[in-house]
Parts: sequence; C-alpha cells; structure tokens
Amino acid sequence: MSKYLVNKFLYTVDRDPELVDRYRDDPAGTVDWWERDMANTLLNCLAAERSTWLAFTPEEGRALREHDHVRLFELGAHPFLTLTLFIAMFERDHGPLEYQKAYARAMQHIQLPYPDIAT
Amino acid sequence: MATVAAVIASTHHPFYYRASTSTGADRPPFADEWVAKIGAFRATLTRAEPDVLVMVGSDHFHQLWLDNMPQFLVGKAPFFDANWYNEEREFGLPRMRLAGEEELAAHILRQGLDAGFDLAFSNELRIDHSVTCPIITLRPEADLPIVPVYTNIFAPPMPRPERFVQLGRALRQLVESWPSSKRVAIIGTGHLSLELGGPRQFGPHGPDPEFDAKAVAWIANGDVEGCLAEVTLDSLHSPGNATHGFMDFMLMMGAAGDGVQADYTDTLDLFHTMEAYFTWYPDGLPAPARAPEGAAS
Repeated sequence: MSKYLVNKFLYTVDRDPELVDRYRDDPAGTVDWWERDMANTLLNCLAAERSTWLAFTPEEGRALREHDHVRLFELGAHPFLTLTLFIAMFERDHGPLEYQKAYARAMQHIQLPYPDIAT
Repeated sequence: MATVAAVIASTHHPFYYRASTSTGADRPPFADEWVAKIGAFRATLTRAEPDVLVMVGSDHFHQLWLDNMPQFLVGKAPFFDANWYNEEREFGLPRMRLAGEEELAAHILRQGLDAGFDLAFSNELRIDHSVTCPIITLRPEADLPIVPVYTNIFAPPMPRPERFVQLGRALRQLVESWPSSKRVAIIGTGHLSLELGGPRQFGPHGPDPEFDAKAVAWIANGDVEGCLAEVTLDSLHSPGNATHGFMDFMLMMGAAGDGVQADYTDTLDLFHTMEAYFTWYPDGLPAPARAPEGAAS
C-alpha cells in the first residue's frame, strides 16, 4: 500500500495547470510517465537525490489510470486532494455544482467508518 | 503590554468571495443575506480598532506537504503572499499580499517554545484561503500586519483536541505578554460539520446539523469542558470527514477563555456547510467604531 504516493501524484498534478489537462486527456499515459519519471523525485531537491523505493500498487495504478475517484477513496487517498483535482478536470463539463453532487452520488454505498487516510 | 482587542472565530468559506462579488444571473440567491451577515460580523472587528491580526488557520496541502509536515507553525516574515493557483481556479480568489508583524511572531515563537509548544516556523510562507477568507470577510482592506499560525487539521496523525485548546490558551497569554502598546485581534477559522470528497458532500445543509447546533452552543457559551467531553479525534469522523477543522474553533475557545460567552454570535445555514461567526471582547465591549477610511460599504 502506498497511500503517500497516490497523494503525491494527486498533489503534484493538481498544482500544475499543464499536468491537470494532461491527466484529464491522457490518464493512463500520464500515470505511467509520472510513476516512471516523477514518483521518486524528492520535492525541492536535486534530481540526483531522488528516492529509490516508491511505486504504486497495481490497484492504485489502475484507479488512477481509470479516473476512479470512488476506488481512490476506498484505498484511503486523501479525499481533499482527489476532490480538488477531479473538480479541476471535470467541473468544466457540467453546470454549477452538478459535478460535485454526482461525485457524491457515486459514493452513496460507502458507510462509516470511512477508509483510514493516515499515511 | 499588548491588548487583546478581540478574539474572533469563524468558518472560512472559499465560495464567499465569488458569491459576494457576482452580479445578475451569476449571483446565488443566498448572496444578499450572506453579505449582510458578513457586514455585521465585520463591524465587530472594526469596532475593536485592532493594529495587528494573529490569524489561525490551516494550510490545505499548498506549502505544507506530507514529506515535511508540521503540527503547529508560525509565519515570521515581513510579507506573506497569498492564495494559490488551485484556489484561483476553483474559487476565483484574488492574489493578495499582507504585511507580517515579525516582532510579535518572534515573541510567540520564543515564548511559545519556552512554554512547551514545539512550534515550527516559516520565513517564506504563501498563505491560503484559511487566512485570506477571514481577511476578505473581516478586513477586506487587508491593511493590517498579521502573524499567521497554521495548525494541522488535515493530515493524520494530528494533535488531539485538548492540545488545540491548550495552544489557544497559550496564544492568548503570549499576545498579552508581548511588550507592545498595540491592540491585537486573534482571529481563527475552522469548520463545523463538513464533508469533502465523500458521499455526504454538497448536500442541502452541512452533513450533520445536530453536531452543528451543539458546536455553536459550545462556542457561544465558551463551554470548553462540555466540548472536550464529547469531541475526540475519533468522534470527529462521524459529523463529516473534514470536521477535524472544528479543532481550530476549539483553539479559539481556548483563546477566548473557559466559560466566557461570546459577545456576538451569528450563523447562516448554507448548502454543504453551516457558517458560524463569533466575537469576544476580552477588554470589554468597545464603542461602535467608524468604518476605516476606504472600507467597502
């Protein structure tokens, strides 16, 4: 399980307008590129000082490649990060608050206690 | 010594700026009532005639990240730029720049460390909507120097609610022991029940109106004991998955004082979340003040 890395993906994509559109338009390609080239980047450090051990589980990679926000929630990804990025990608295709409400409807089967988001 | 001119606790709603500035068909039906309530709330700060604002809030994974996460952090810098690309994108928030009050920040850090709070600090902090929303609502001129205090209500493991109350009490004492003749308002923002990214988000009300009613009563009555008897890190999951932001209200209850009733309480039931506004005047109720020059009407 690598909740931290899923969160790192959501966080680093969300803060970069170019990456937001790239992930919207080509989710599988963006996730593959990011895991290969970016996942081990230590933020604010030289490229040579990268980490050596970070990788998605197959299920995490699948959820990210398929824009599956419900599965990301079930896997314990930080819900604020997922919501913010998915609003950025998909709100534009909907009327006011339509996307946010549909996002919640897709999760109606999820009961308390929610999955643990601790990293 | 400095005077605590006001203690103010509020929700921070990133939709307020767009709702209050939109016109015509874009203006939501609740905007006029919201603006009126904010106007009355703003007057409670204006009449306190503050010189400096201590701003308690929480970074939303903007500058503070899981590779290096402080629990409590004080910003000590001459200036703080504000708002981030994703807040401009989602909420239409403007870019801002606020001056810092470095002397008070240094005092809070030194004396806070000596009082047993291992405060982190930042000398270059870009602040986010947890601080700029209350600037927009309470002091839109953005003309007073600030000391931002960030808390972790976002990334577990977090400090327990008791620790937030303790820090609030300490913050009040730290401001009161600052050797200065200035008037300081301590302003903190958090949430009542709130769900973000889960099945209960964006409903017709906040996810747990019953919790909200209890929370407003705890805050308005300064009922720290009653609040602490019911609120734990575990219990806060139940009203909504982002309700740990309520711990910033608990910090402000600590700053206001155990058993001290708020001098001003107001709420607004909105979709998605309830708004709540509280003001205490530890130094007594000030005379109604004139609006500062250049203030928006």
